[in-house]
Amino acid sequence: MSGRLEQVSNEQLRWVEAGPLVDIPVLGSRVLRFPQGDVAVFRNRQDEVFALRDRCPHKGGPLSQGIVSGRTVACPLHGWIIGLSDGQAAAPDEGCTNHFPVKVESGLVLVGLPPSYD
Amino acid sequence: MLDQKRKRLVVVGNGMAGMRTVEEVLKLDPDFYDITVFGTEPHGNYNRILLSPVLAGEKTVQDIMINDDAWYVKNGVTLHKGKKIVNVDRRRRQVIAEDGTVAEYDRLLIATGSNPFIIPVPGSHLPGVVTFRDIHDVDTMLAAARAGKDRHAVVIGGGLLGLEAANGLMKQGMRVTVVHLLDSLMERQLDKPAGMLLQQSLEERGMSFLMEAQTEAIIGEDRVHAVRFKNGTEVAADLVVMAVGIRPNVELAKKIGLYVERGIVVNDTMQTYDPCIYSIGECVQHRGATYGLVAPLWDQAKVCANHLVGLGYARYQGSVTSTKLKVTGIDLFSAGDFQGGEGTEDIVYQDARLGVYKRLVLKDNRIQGAVLYGDTASGSWYFQLLRDNTDVSSFRDVLLFGEAHTGDAGHGATNRVADMASDVEICGCNGVCKGTIVNAIIEKQLYTLDEVRAHTKASSSCGSCTGLVEQILATTLGGDYNPANSKKSICACTEYSHDEVRATIRQQHLISMDQVRDFLEWKNPDGCQKCRPALNYYLISTWPAEAVDDYQSRFINERAHANIQKDGTYSVIPRMWGGVTNASELRAIADVAEKYNVPTVKITGGQRIDLLGVKKEDLPKMWADLGKAGFVSGHAYGKSLRTVKTCVGKEWCRFGTQDSTKLGIDLEKMTWGTWTPHKVKLAVSGCPRNCAEATIKDYGVVCVDSGYEIHVGGNGGVKVRVTDFLCHLKTEEEVKEYCGAFLQLYREEAHYLERTAPWIERVGLSYVKKRVVEDAESRAVLHARFLASQVIAQVDPWAERAVGGKDQHEFQPMKEELA
Repeated sequence: MSGRLEQVSNEQLRWVEAGPLVDIPVLGSRVLRFPQGDVAVFRNRQDEVFALRDRCPHKGGPLSQGIVSGRTVACPLHGWIIGLSDGQAAAPDEGCTNHFPVKVESGLVLVGLPPSYD
Repeated sequence: MLDQKRKRLVVVGNGMAGMRTVEEVLKLDPDFYDITVFGTEPHGNYNRILLSPVLAGEKTVQDIMINDDAWYVKNGVTLHKGKKIVNVDRRRRQVIAEDGTVAEYDRLLIATGSNPFIIPVPGSHLPGVVTFRDIHDVDTMLAAARAGKDRHAVVIGGGLLGLEAANGLMKQGMRVTVVHLLDSLMERQLDKPAGMLLQQSLEERGMSFLMEAQTEAIIGEDRVHAVRFKNGTEVAADLVVMAVGIRPNVELAKKIGLYVERGIVVNDTMQTYDPCIYSIGECVQHRGATYGLVAPLWDQAKVCANHLVGLGYARYQGSVTSTKLKVTGIDLFSAGDFQGGEGTEDIVYQDARLGVYKRLVLKDNRIQGAVLYGDTASGSWYFQLLRDNTDVSSFRDVLLFGEAHTGDAGHGATNRVADMASDVEICGCNGVCKGTIVNAIIEKQLYTLDEVRAHTKASSSCGSCTGLVEQILATTLGGDYNPANSKKSICACTEYSHDEVRATIRQQHLISMDQVRDFLEWKNPDGCQKCRPALNYYLISTWPAEAVDDYQSRFINERAHANIQKDGTYSVIPRMWGGVTNASELRAIADVAEKYNVPTVKITGGQRIDLLGVKKEDLPKMWADLGKAGFVSGHAYGKSLRTVKTCVGKEWCRFGTQDSTKLGIDLEKMTWGTWTPHKVKLAVSGCPRNCAEATIKDYGVVCVDSGYEIHVGGNGGVKVRVTDFLCHLKTEEEVKEYCGAFLQLYREEAHYLERTAPWIERVGLSYVKKRVVEDAESRAVLHARFLASQVIAQVDPWAERAVGGKDQHEFQPMKEELA
């Protein structure tokens, strides 16, 4: 687990409807824009969906613009590899970005945001 | 945890080969095996190659340990030190140690290495006679050296190992005589002139030599005191070191009935004749060859581990080896077949006074072998050229002077990396100094360029410092460095090279990435950010009408048709044909800049206008406005045709010889929209004053009175390279045809992300001339294929997205919550 995931219980999460799963390209990403900052939602080939804060821990590059493979995304600025499920940079790079719980219900993607996104 | 579910791997031999394989296995799948290792020596695993510096007192035993006891514990590997395996019950899959320890295996790895060869002469087993193989031998030698003053050692064998032993003993204060059977030292690695230079400089350091001397007996009663030769002479000795060669240690393999010739015979997967038993290192014989150097081990270990964990696609195809002598102050390098033979040519440089000797053996303009003495800075470059089978004809005249003289203006002047201070910056892109790289190599135990790239980022961006980083690896690791990481695969997803993948796409008529990855058994079903763009390019360039362009496999710039900037905004550069514009176009650009609050407007080096700092959502709207004024995408973001730079030519210039502006526009109209392995830039200059800088472009035209001079393979940038002159042409039509043919050849044969400059250096200008200049039919066919692919490629991507509605999801947030 990422050290930067806020310690919040499930009840405290605010589940936000992002949109239909089909609107995210396979092996691609879309941006959810919040006043607190962008969140990138990713969809991989197995139709798993992930959500990360849209900032690479390296120089703040928009991860939503990267190339997705498996459960990773490559940052478009300098090629850091970030894990989609935990926001962690792959070794030997070190760092992590926030990750958010995601669920898909009747074809709709829902992202669980912590109280800091209220 | 579920231990009984795991398979059991037993390794016989705790040396470098066995442990490297274990490391590779752990890297691939740490939970696949329970691993048990048996070693005869009472230590952890150490770097045998560095015994010479230990003997010479330059390193300690602690320095050369690779894996200490803690490592085995940490990785859950059971180590039995000092236990010799005496039998294997292949039916019950058990190994039995001398002390009765039994271990069961699912897979057995035999890595018993080699034994030093002892010449069968009387007295060879007397105390004071040692070989040079392990820490125990080194201890014996050190004890002999310290037992008194003015002690004399005789080293039998003037090869690599013998000379390193002799040097070490001399450093420990002994007088040393080297006895060699032949008339020239290190005859397996050096030719005679280099052997003579080496002998001279060792003599200057105080070493004595007895050449062409055959040992008859070692004399002494309870201890050695002399060596007698066939010619009757005797030399007193307090210590005799036998270093005449090694024999694969096949004792165990023979005993348990494995098929053995000189070594344990293995196939390309490192498997012996018993499918459960693998073998690697100095004890094996592969395709008839046995290896006594460290370099091939790395390749073998990789392949062996790949099969041990059940991946099953790697293949070992033998190694080309290179040698360096680890004697401080002596620079010596040899690689490949340096003896020469029929059809080979020598290039030799010899300066006895400076003690420099270089010899390259060429066949059909390709390096077959190299011997360097005194100045070995270019060793790894020659070795690279040798392994890549590079045609050197275009720089043959300066080949001997090293890579610095081939037009690499980037770092050319500073190629002696050993002399650099540790705070000298090596990688300008990522700001990495020499000291950082050296520390990472030592502390993290890095052996390959890729590992250094991953840990330090050096050489991972533009690549111009790759040669320097390789030199740092070579000087830091010494004999451990193995530039022969065999062929270069596209990425970690596959073992196949660019050329192999491309040929397969063509031969098997593969038209989708999934087909390629299935057919070539890719490790990751999705591929990665390195191979995906390459595969996509290979598919759409090979089958333009059939392959579907996969946008999710393109880098963001090509997906969004704009250049991403460091703050996540984009830059927009409309095409300006030949760099020519007019008042209404400029007005339209000014309007767009104002309407979308473009913070920076800049003239580019390619004669057009860059609008920087544009929000992604604004891109389609901006393109629509620009499109109304007649603009199309400038492809300034793509691996594609960028600009055609021109001068004003004879229409205005008093020196102009042809209409360079119009020709430039015609070329741009013909070539825009094409996807290429890397960016491509063209230029047309109206006279030899060359104001359009055509001689640093991928395809440059310099107009002269009598027609057009065609130049190819140039680029500015990090590594400036001036073009090669291709040919002289008479008409504009020819200039276009040659351009199409040249670009198509580049599109079809260069590796992805390889610009025309390194591509031409790799394949040779003569090859390009043959396909584009000399063979009219080949040229016509290439040009026709280029034009055919342009029919599909020349669609303005901006218009498609601005008014065609394509890929709207790319530019709009999925959801927006306002504060």
